[in-house]
This record gives sequence, C-alpha cells and structure tokens, in this order.
Amino acid sequence: MDTNLIFTLCGVGLCGLGFFGFIYHRHLLRRLIAFNLIGNGTFLIMVGFAQRGQGVTDHVIQALVLTGIVVAVAATALALVLIRRWFHLKGSTQLPEDETS
Amino acid sequence: MSMIFSPIPWLLVIPLAGAVLTMLIPWHWRSPASLLGILTQLMASLILWYQVSHFGPQIYAMADWQAPLGIALRADGLATLFILMSSVIASACALYAHVYLSLAKRANFWPLLWFLWASLNGIWLAADTFNLYVGLELLTFAAVGLVAFSSDERSLEASIRYLYAALLGSMAYLLGVALLYGAQGTLAMDSLADTWHWGPTNQVAVTLILGGLLLKTAVFPLHTWLPPAHGGALTPVSALLSALVIKASFYILLRFWVEFGIYEYLPSLSQLLGALGAGAIIWGGWMALKQTHLKMVVAYSTVAQIGYMSLIFPLLVSDSSEASLMAYQGGMLMLLAHAFAKAGMFLAAGNLIFCTGKPDLQSLAGMSRYRPLNIFAFGLAGVSLMGLPPSGGFNAKWLLLQSSFMSGQWWWIVVLLIGSLLSAAYIFRVFAYTYKETDRGDTFNRPHLSLELIALGLSVISILWAFLSVWPLNMISLPGPLMEALP
Repeated sequence: MDTNLIFTLCGVGLCGLGFFGFIYHRHLLRRLIAFNLIGNGTFLIMVGFAQRGQGVTDHVIQALVLTGIVVAVAATALALVLIRRWFHLKGSTQLPEDETS
Repeated sequence: MSMIFSPIPWLLVIPLAGAVLTMLIPWHWRSPASLLGILTQLMASLILWYQVSHFGPQIYAMADWQAPLGIALRADGLATLFILMSSVIASACALYAHVYLSLAKRANFWPLLWFLWASLNGIWLAADTFNLYVGLELLTFAAVGLVAFSSDERSLEASIRYLYAALLGSMAYLLGVALLYGAQGTLAMDSLADTWHWGPTNQVAVTLILGGLLLKTAVFPLHTWLPPAHGGALTPVSALLSALVIKASFYILLRFWVEFGIYEYLPSLSQLLGALGAGAIIWGGWMALKQTHLKMVVAYSTVAQIGYMSLIFPLLVSDSSEASLMAYQGGMLMLLAHAFAKAGMFLAAGNLIFCTGKPDLQSLAGMSRYRPLNIFAFGLAGVSLMGLPPSGGFNAKWLLLQSSFMSGQWWWIVVLLIGSLLSAAYIFRVFAYTYKETDRGDTFNRPHLSLELIALGLSVISILWAFLSVWPLNMISLPGPLMEALP
C-alpha cells in the first residue's frame, strides 16, 4: 500500500467521523470540533495528493492546504465568538430544537 | 495589461483595503471613507462594463503571477453583469444603512460590508476553483457577522445555524475541488473543462461540490437556515443577503454545471435539481403564506424564488439549442430581477416595520393610508416577484415558459403557474393587512425620506427590466466560457 492511499484513507475516515459528529451532536462545541475533523480530513486527502510525485512534492497543494488551514482557523474563531456570546445570553451550549419556522 | 488601465484589480483591492482601513480609522471618518470607496466601485464597474462590451472578455493575472500559483481573474459578460448588479445594490444598501444605523453600529458595519463586497467581486471574477472557495468562505464570514449584528438572541441563533450550514457546505466544496485537482492536476476552470473526463473521482467530486453549493444556496430542502437568518437580520443586511449573497453560490453552481458539461452527462440529475426547485417554489410560497412576521414573509419568498432559478438546470437540457439559450436567459434575468425586487422589498418592509414599530403583519393596519410611498415600493417589488407584466420578473418567467414549451418539458409550466399564484397570494395577503383601517390616526413613525426613496428606487429598477431586458440579455450572450459551453 503506498503512502498516498494511506493518507487518503485516513482523510476519508476523519471526514466520515467528523460528518457523523456534525450531524449527530447538538452541543455546539462538539459540532465545531467535528467540523475541524472534517477540515483536517480534507487537508489530509489533499496532502496525500501532493505526495504522488515520489519525492517531489506539489507546491500548489501545499499552498492550498495552508490557505485552507487559515480559513478553518478563522471559521473556528468566529464560531467560538458566537458560541460564547450565545452561552452568555442563554446559559446554554446548544441551540433550541427547530420548530421548522 | 498594467494595473492602471484595467479596473479588475481595483474591484478587489479597494474593497479589501476598505475593509481593513475602516476597521482602523476613527469612527466618524469611516462613513466618508466608505462613501468614497462606493464611488470608486461604481466607477470601476462602469469602466469594466465599457471594456468588456467593447473589447470582449478580459483576463487579468494578479501582479503578473501566472497560474497555477498566481491568481487569475476573468471578466466575461455574465461576470460583468453581476459586478454591475452587486455594485448598484450594495451601494444602495450601504446608503440605506448609513441613514438607518446609529453611529456606533455604522462604524462596525462598514468593515463587514467591505469584506462582503470584496468576496462577491472575487467570486464573480474568479477563474479557478480555489479562488471560488476562498471567496465563498470570506463571503460566509462577512454574512454571518452581519446577521449577528443585530445582537439579539434570535439573530444570534440564526447566525450560528447559518455559520454551521455554510461551513459544512464549503468543506464539501473544498473536498470536491481537492479531488478534482487530484484527478486532473489543475484548478483553473478552463483547463479543467478542457481535460474533463468522467471517472469515479470526478463523480464523487461533482457530488460533493453540488451538495455543498446547494446547501449554501439554500435550495429546498436544505433551506432551513435561510429564513431566520434573512428575516432576523437588520434591514439593509437582509436586503444584501437575499439579493446578492445567495446568488454567489448559485453562480458557482451554474458555472460548474455548464462549463464542465455536467448536464450532458447526468440529465436525470438535472430533473432532480428541477424537482428540488419545484419543491422550493411550492414550499417557500406556502410557508410565506403562513408567516405572521413581515420580514419572514419576504424571507420565505426568497426560498421560493431560488426555486425558479433552479428550473434553469432541467431546462438547459434540451434538443433545441434555442430552448437552452432561452432557459439560460430566463434564469439569469430572473436572478437579476429578483436581486433588485428583493432588495427593494426588504428595504420597504424594514421601513414599514420602522413605521409601526412592530414586526408583525397585524400592526400594518392603516399603512396604505398613512405611508403610501412604502406600500408602493413594496407593491412594485411584489409585481416583479409575482411575475405580472410589466416587470423583469414577467419577462424572465415568459422566457422560462417558452423554453419549457419548446423543450417539451410541460411539467415545469405547471410549477411556474402554481408558483405565480402562491406568490400573488402571499403578497396580496400583506396588502390586505395594510388596507385595514385603524382608528388610531397617524401615530406612526416616519422614516427618513431617503430610506423610502432608496427602497422605491430599487423596486422601480426591477420593473424597468421589463423594458431594458435586451441589455442584460445581450450582456450575458457576449462570448465567454459559459456561453461557449451552452448546448
């Protein structure tokens, strides 16, 4: 099994785990962590692609992953601010269940 | 082409610089600086329009760095039309916000608005899939920030829901883009289209990208985050979100769909997207009828209108290229008319809520007598949304109807008719409340005249498209990658 495939499989596993957590959990922080798992899985798959050239790494992919990490960090920060504000206002760590309105 | 003569970099650099600068400079300078920025954006869009309509599509490599590491920007007719649309609507909403918001709120509104504007322009002009991702994410952050701006519980909840839905959508999109890169070794839209081949990787990638973008565009049944976010935000923000922000992910979806020939390979998927659109039209219209708050009616109307735009996907697949072209034109005209009508309608609704001081429909009684200008603006926008002649909405629906006739997909005609009836119902229901008499006399607030005029102006433009629709239709038919990929 070559390294590329290991990266891809791990990435897919992380994405699946993260996606499940994102859908299943209601706790806002857990969902945020699940989102980060999806993100890391995606980056891992991308890094796997970059390894393909046997010793020669693909700089485009590295640039993409770096940008992606920056975006994910920014997203996490924004979500944390909102969750914190929500906790201060409502004293709750989850959103009220939808009443489809 | 050097930086001085092409307006394309200025459409990105000025909003980004504006976003950073308006965060740093003292409060009372932020509005004048932003107004100056708005002028430059309008100028740049007009220059771009002139260049594209006279010299054809423009391609610009940022700082002369060529792809793949550099950022290539591309302005064809469609992108230029959208640049103009977002410049006009964002300027109108910015002026509205300038009058509507208090000084403290306004000071923090400007940076978010400029981020929003920069990401919109970035998406319209992007020539590669990764720039589209960055644009989408930046757009999400700015939009979520703006929704949370009204700082009450409901809008905070809406903004968290919005952020989570949008994050999931953009991650799916990013994963899809990564897979495409892995399969084909390029990010640029044109070389992806040239080397496109349907393997298992591309199929998974396309599924992820479509799913992510449908979630971000709030296509039924993935729309649940939209009404609370659009209905709960501050009025100028609601207008920006409904008129422009959802169009960005739709635009990306359309570009992928046509430029990569997905519609040829998966015709049944087109019908599925059309069915989702039909669901959106009926469900959105029905929910709009049941709402008790004015802005929620308008927000659900957005869900329904997204459905009309989705009908473009099945209608593009046709034996006759004339029918496909008509579907494309009808869909884009629908998008354009909706942008202006919905911005006008949200601003008019915000004015009405300001007049009564309450957000619900019941308290609108007496508005037709005492604040007719706002009702007029609301009504004109409603005419375009319902698709009554003369309006941009009517021309768009007419093109879609003709396209359904020609391509023999008669079932979409039924959907269009039901949708028009539903939108007429929910708009006339609002009117019914405003015509009720009230014995309180004129005890209502009076919005600043400029607020009323901005709402009216946008609504009037949505009507004017009835007479000027040749102009945008010529614009989108200018040569470009999307136009050439049409069947």
